[in-house]
Amino acid sequence: MAEQQHGKAVQTTGHAWDGDLQEYNNPLPTWWLWTFYASCVFAIVYWVLYPTWPLGKGYTTGIKTITFEENGKEVTTNWNTRARLIKEMQTGEESLKQKAYLDKVSQASYQEIVNDPDMTAFVNSMAKGLFGDNCAACHGVGGTPAMIGQYPNLGDDAWLWGGKVENIEQTIRHGRLGYMPAFGTVLDDAQIDALANYVLSFSEDTVDSNKAAAGEKIFKSEAAGCYYCHTTGATGLYSQGSANLTDAVWTVADVPGADGLDAKLEAVKGVIRNGVKREMPSWSGRLSDTEIKLLTVYVHGLGGGQ
Amino acid sequence: MKFSHESIEINAGLMIVLTMIAISIGGLVEIVPLFYIDETIEKVEGVRPYTPLEQKGRDIYTREGCYLCHSQMIRPFRDEDMRYGHYSLAAESQYDHPFQWGSKRTGPDLARVGEKYSNQWHVQHLKAPRSVVPESIMPNYPWLLENDLDYSDIADRMRALKVTGVPYSLTTAEYQANVEKFGKETADQLNILEAEENLLAQAQSEDFDGDRARLTEMDALVAYLQVLGTMVDFSKYDEGYFAEFR
Repeated sequence: MAEQQHGKAVQTTGHAWDGDLQEYNNPLPTWWLWTFYASCVFAIVYWVLYPTWPLGKGYTTGIKTITFEENGKEVTTNWNTRARLIKEMQTGEESLKQKAYLDKVSQASYQEIVNDPDMTAFVNSMAKGLFGDNCAACHGVGGTPAMIGQYPNLGDDAWLWGGKVENIEQTIRHGRLGYMPAFGTVLDDAQIDALANYVLSFSEDTVDSNKAAAGEKIFKSEAAGCYYCHTTGATGLYSQGSANLTDAVWTVADVPGADGLDAKLEAVKGVIRNGVKREMPSWSGRLSDTEIKLLTVYVHGLGGGQ
Repeated sequence: MKFSHESIEINAGLMIVLTMIAISIGGLVEIVPLFYIDETIEKVEGVRPYTPLEQKGRDIYTREGCYLCHSQMIRPFRDEDMRYGHYSLAAESQYDHPFQWGSKRTGPDLARVGEKYSNQWHVQHLKAPRSVVPESIMPNYPWLLENDLDYSDIADRMRALKVTGVPYSLTTAEYQANVEKFGKETADQLNILEAEENLLAQAQSEDFDGDRARLTEMDALVAYLQVLGTMVDFSKYDEGYFAEFR
């Protein structure tokens, strides 16, 4: 602090501590002072325009208004963030651009969307965001889940409930309940072992062929009744959401992660013993028809849609 | 002692007290009126206090500090609306003590996470978040599935919340008022005298943690998460209706 400013002696605050300790009373810097005055003026203008001061049971609403459309009528209200959001959704530049595309997509058939590169690009870009917010928690970013055995991989071309756009749309809209009963109490260990050998025989050539043959009998027997859902050819039924056991794709038993034949058998046996219960929630209440359509096209495109 | 500038400056204790008063005025003026201005609380159907099981889950949510990373307040911005769903209403947290608003999000906002994922997903995700979301930085909470739920204090907790204004009922008159306001089914759940029975019945009614035979902390937490943001049916209201409360 300068003792001299503009040639004048600087005043002290007049306090003295410890007998002689004093404090200069320098004037505030001019720029700071004017910024402070400007803030005060800004605040007063703000109070007049926007909702600000609480008054007991109410508050000052401000004189600025905002107009949006509701059910074909124009509604004018005091400015507030909720009205601003409605207005932005109706007439904001980004919203209008997006709406033009969304209207086009909602009118178009799946085939038309896929054939139009402009629409496909839009769908992929917007659906990627939707997928990230709503689907990726289970199915993983890009449709490939983190672990085999929990949620279906959408990146491969194996489908549990069908891979046509209609199937995918129905799955998203209404959800699915995947269910396989537990056979741990119905079948004994030898039977379960035989079944596991049979199921693995489609993808592994080192299984015990005698056990596999015995397993096939159990598979097709009334006692176990595996074929009711998985069919006699073990290829699965879309209507039941039952897995195709003949391909090398595993959606429940973590066979690819198992080391050695014994571990693979154990993984399959675990599924037979404990059964499967998986749920995909219904999205019709949360997502709009157009959003479901976008996601359907996106998921269909992820892994060989049918 | 004469009260003067000097007397404040040389008395640290007095200065601290006066500084605190000066600073809190700003916060109090901003927040306190919101509790008393009825017209900013939207009149909507469906919002009810938590059931005993959900309330227990909420207490675990608070205990584990979930609020440090997750807010429960969707703001009225286009990007938030598109990501999380409808912005939160004041009415939706009217029975929350303490409320879970906030703007610091390390994890996503949870105001509308209810019914978004399956119970099974929540169990797996709370146990080991990276097993379903590899890029997640959320810690594992495996003990939720191991700890039996201690619900012996649920009635006391509801009594305490009643003091803050949550309409849990103790008397027949209060119960009847709840029947009027929320319907019989909800009113039964809000009855403090039957808190334990209701808690057990709800835990039995749905498979929250994947094992119906055991009542764990996971059951309560998942029951709570699944109800978040689901109480108001937004299809019943015009968007402009909510703007009238601002």
